[in-house]
Amino acid sequence: MNWRRFFRRASWDRDRAEELRSYLEIETDENIARGMSLDAARRAAHLKLGNTVRIREEIYRMNTISPLDTLGRDLRLALRGMRRRPGFTLAVVLTLALGIGANTAIFAVVDGILIKPLPYPDAGELVSIEHVAPGLGVPELRMSPSQYFTYREEGRVFRYIGLYADGGRTITGIGEPEQARSLILTPDVLQALGVAPQLGRLFTEAEMTPGPSAPIPLILSHAYWQRRFGGDRSVIGRRLVADSNPAEVVGVMPQGFRFLDMEPAAEVISPLAFDRGRVNLDNFGFRSLARLKPGLTAADANADIARMLPLWLNTWPPSRFTGGPTELEKWRIAPAVEPLKDEVIGGVGDMLWVLMATIGMVLLIACANVANLMLVRSESRRHEFAVRTALGARRGHIAREVLVESLVLSLTGGAVGVGLAYAGLTLIVRMAPATLPRVEDISLDPRVMAFAVAITLVSSALFGLLPAVKHAAQLGQPIAGAGRGASASRERQRTRNALVVVQVALAVVLLVASGLMIRTFQALLDVQPGFATAVGVQTARVWVPPQQVREAERALQTQHDILDRIAALPGVKAAAFGSAVPLEGPIRVVLQAIVVEGVNVEPGTTPPLRRMKTVSPGYFGAIGTRMIAGRDITWNDIAGRAKVAIISENFAREVWGAPSAALGKRISGPASATGPVWREIVGVVEDVHEDAMHEAAPTMVYWPVIMENFGGNDVFFSRAINLVIRSDEAGRESLLNGVRNAVWSVNATMPVFLVRTMKDLYDESMARTSFALVMLGIAAAMALMLGVIGIYGVIAYVVAQRSREIGIRLALGAAPTQLKRMFVRQGLVLTAVGAGVGLVTAIALTQWMSSLLFGVERLDPPTYAAVLGVLAAAAAMASYVPARRAAAVDPVETLIAE
Amino acid sequence: MPQRESPMQSEMLQGTLDMLVLRTLVIGPAHGHTIAHAIERGSEDVLQIEHGSLYPALHRLENRGWIASFWGTSDNNRKAKYYRLTPAGRKQLAAQTTRWEEIVRAIGRILKPSTE
Repeated sequence: MNWRRFFRRASWDRDRAEELRSYLEIETDENIARGMSLDAARRAAHLKLGNTVRIREEIYRMNTISPLDTLGRDLRLALRGMRRRPGFTLAVVLTLALGIGANTAIFAVVDGILIKPLPYPDAGELVSIEHVAPGLGVPELRMSPSQYFTYREEGRVFRYIGLYADGGRTITGIGEPEQARSLILTPDVLQALGVAPQLGRLFTEAEMTPGPSAPIPLILSHAYWQRRFGGDRSVIGRRLVADSNPAEVVGVMPQGFRFLDMEPAAEVISPLAFDRGRVNLDNFGFRSLARLKPGLTAADANADIARMLPLWLNTWPPSRFTGGPTELEKWRIAPAVEPLKDEVIGGVGDMLWVLMATIGMVLLIACANVANLMLVRSESRRHEFAVRTALGARRGHIAREVLVESLVLSLTGGAVGVGLAYAGLTLIVRMAPATLPRVEDISLDPRVMAFAVAITLVSSALFGLLPAVKHAAQLGQPIAGAGRGASASRERQRTRNALVVVQVALAVVLLVASGLMIRTFQALLDVQPGFATAVGVQTARVWVPPQQVREAERALQTQHDILDRIAALPGVKAAAFGSAVPLEGPIRVVLQAIVVEGVNVEPGTTPPLRRMKTVSPGYFGAIGTRMIAGRDITWNDIAGRAKVAIISENFAREVWGAPSAALGKRISGPASATGPVWREIVGVVEDVHEDAMHEAAPTMVYWPVIMENFGGNDVFFSRAINLVIRSDEAGRESLLNGVRNAVWSVNATMPVFLVRTMKDLYDESMARTSFALVMLGIAAAMALMLGVIGIYGVIAYVVAQRSREIGIRLALGAAPTQLKRMFVRQGLVLTAVGAGVGLVTAIALTQWMSSLLFGVERLDPPTYAAVLGVLAAAAAMASYVPARRAAAVDPVETLIAE
Repeated sequence: MPQRESPMQSEMLQGTLDMLVLRTLVIGPAHGHTIAHAIERGSEDVLQIEHGSLYPALHRLENRGWIASFWGTSDNNRKAKYYRLTPAGRKQLAAQTTRWEEIVRAIGRILKPSTE
C-alpha cells in the first residue's frame, strides 16, 4: 500500500477498464474466427472473463488506505450536515470565530512584544545597564560618562558597551530649518547592536573625542534619507549644518533599522563625544546598553559592575554638585543590569498577560457554548444513531464521525477567526502606538498562525469530545426508547447545566476584571492633573542656538520677543513659556538637591532631590495651575534678577506644614563652592501630576527663567523652552501657522517642534489604561453575551422538552405566571451557582492584575455588586424569554399531539 | 457472493496462480488474454480459471515489481496491455519453483511410500 497509488487509483482504474475491454475484444475476435456470430461471440467472451465490475473493485480495494477513505466520507457527511442546518452552523462557526479570532489577535500582540527577540543578531546577548541608588531616593540612576569609561576599560563581561541619549538637532542647509529627531551615541552602541549601514560607514573610535574643527559626522535613518534627500545615493559626504555646526553625512542606516523603541524614530544619529580630561563622577544622564560575551548573563554583568564600582569611585575627580567618593558612597549605588528586551518592553508585560488570560477565558466560554449546542443537536440525532448501531455501526465509528464534524466546524470557525484577527490587529496597531512598545514587530507570522491552528484543534477537542463520549456511552440503548429516554436526558441535562455554570463563572471573572478597569479609569479621571485639560492649551518647543545668539540676555530677549508676537495673535488668551510642560516624560526631568534655610542637612548627606523647572511670568495662568498662596514671578523680578522662587503645595506642606507658611522662607539650589545662594519663596502653586495621573505629584521648585550665581553657573538660563499658549484654536492649523510665523519673524532659522496640546499629552498618558479598559471591556462583553446565550439555550431546551408536562399542568389549572416563574427560577439558580464559583475565582485571579489598578481595591465591593446585578438582570432576561413561551403552550394542542 | 476459502487454501492457490503467470512470461511478453489461454492450454485444460481473476493477480504482481506492463498492439491489431518478466520476477519464479518442487516431492513421498 502506498500513497502514490492511493492518489492515482482513479486513473489506474480507467487503465484496468481498458485492459479488460481489450481482453473482450481479442476473445470476441477469436470466437468469431471459430465461426460464432457476433452476439454469441461477445456473450461467450463476457462469460469467459467473468464479472468485470467485481474485478475492478477488487483491484481498487488493493490500492485503498482505508482510514483515509472513511475520513473522506466522514468529511463529506459533516459538510452535508452543516449545509442542512445553516442556523446551527452559523451559531457555532461565529462563536468559535470570535473566540479564536480574539485569541489569535492578542497572541500576535503578545508574541510581537513579549516573545519575539529584538530585531538584532543574537539579541539575547544584549543588556541595558542602569543603577539603583537607594540612598538617594530616586527610582533609577542612569549612567555617567566616567562609569562608561571604567566599565569599558576594566569590564570582563562586555564585548561592547556604549552610552546613548536622545534629543533634537536642528538641521539646516536643505530647505526649511528643521528639528530632526536625533540620537547621540558612542560608536560602540551600533557595534553592540550588530547592525551595518546601508550606505557609507558607522562612526569610528576617533570620532568619540570631540574634534575642534572637524564636521560632525551624521548617519541618517532610511526614512529621513528618503524624505529629505529622495534616496539619493550621493548623499554620503554631503555637508549640512547641525545646530549651527558644520556636519557631514557619513552613512545611511538600512530600512528595517530601529533603535530600541525610540518613538518617534531617530532621524539623524551623531556621535556622543567626551573630553576625557573633563569627565568627573557626576552627570548620570545617559543610558547604556552592552553586548555580553557569549554565554554570560545579566547576573554576571551585575557582579562585574559591583566589582568595578569602588574602582570607579576612586578613579575619577569629584564633582562640584555631588561631591567625591565619601558623599557618593552614601548613595549606595548598585548595578541593575537587565536584558535589553525587558527594558524595551517596560511595564506592558503584565497588562498583556492579563489580556491573554481573559481572552483565553472567552474562548473557553465559547467552547462551552458550542459543546452545549452540539449536545442539543446530538439529542435530535439519537434516534438516527440508535438505528445505525442496530444496523451494525460500531461505537468508535459514530464517535469518530461526531469528532470529524466538530473538527470541520472548528476549522471553519478558525479560518473565519483568523480573518477577524487580521482586522482586529489592524485596529489594535492603529490605536496602540502611544501605548505599546515594538508595535512594528506585531504581525500574523507563521508562529501566530501555528497558534491559531493549535487553539482551533484544542477547542474542537474541547467541545467535540464531550458529545462524542456521550454518544458512545449511550449507544446500544433500545431504539424504541430513543424518543423519550427520560433518565438519559436527565443525565445530559446535568452536563448542560454544568457547562452553563462554567460559562457564568468565567463571565463573572471577566466582568469583575473589566469592572475594576472601569473603576481605575474613573479614579484616573478624578485626579486633578494640576493643569487645564478641558480648555485649549497649545505647546510647542523652540530652541535658541548659542551659535547665533551667544549671550543669555540676548537669547532671553529673543524668547521674550517670540512670546510678545504670539500673545498678539488673534484668539490667544495667554502665552508664556517654561523649560518643560507636564507629561513630557523622563527626558525633561531635572532633579536638584534643594537646600532649605534653617533645615539642617546632616554633614556628608545630600538634601532631598526635588524636581525643578524654569518658568516665565504667566506660565501658571496659561497652563491652568492654580496659585494657592503668594504671587507669580513678574518680568520686573526677572529684569532685576530678583532672587525669588515658587514651590509646589506638597513641598510647602512637607517642610512648613501649610502653603502660606512657606511664603517669605528661603531656599537654595545646589550649593556652590561659596555656599548656598538663598532665594525667597514668593508663591505656592497646586500640585501637578508631572509623570502620569496614577503617579504621585512630585515636589516642585519653579525658578525664574534667568538667574545669576545659580548652581555654580554665573548665569543659569534655558535655551530650549516650551511655549504654552492658551487659545480656543489650540491644535488647529490656523494657530500653528501663526505661531510658526511669529517665531520665524524673530529668527528665520529657528525650528518649531514637538507641537502638541496639553489634551494630547493627557490622553497619551491615559492611553495604556484606556487600551486595557477597551480590550477587557470587549472580552467581558463577549463573555456576558455568550453566557446569556448559554442560559437562554438551556432554558429554551428545557421548555421544549417539557412542553408535554407543561400542557398537562396548564390543563390541570396551573397559572401561567407560576409556570413562568418556575423556569425563570431554574435559570437564576444556575446563574447563582455559576456566580458563586465565579466570585471565588475572581477573588483569587484578580491579584494578577493589581499592577493595572489605581485608586481601587481589587476586592472593590461596588464592582462586585454591580457585576452581580448586571448578571442577575441578564440571566433573568435570558430565562424569561423562553419561559414566556412555556406559558404560551396551548394545552389542547400538546395533548392532541401526544 | 464468492465462496469463502480458508486463508491457507486461498494463499496457496494465489501463490500457485502467481507462479503460473510468471512461468508463462518466461518465453516473452504477453497480454492478459494470451496468458489466460496459455495457462489453460498448458495444463491441458485441467486448470480452468475464470479469466477475470487473472487481472487482480497481474495487478498484484506488478505492484510487487515482479512484472512490468506496457501498452502495445495484439496480433490481430487490437490495443492490448502487455506484461513482461522483471529480473526480480525471474528470481521469484526460480525460488517459487524450487519450493513447489519440494512440496510436490514431500507430498509424493507421503502418498506413495516405499514404491521403489
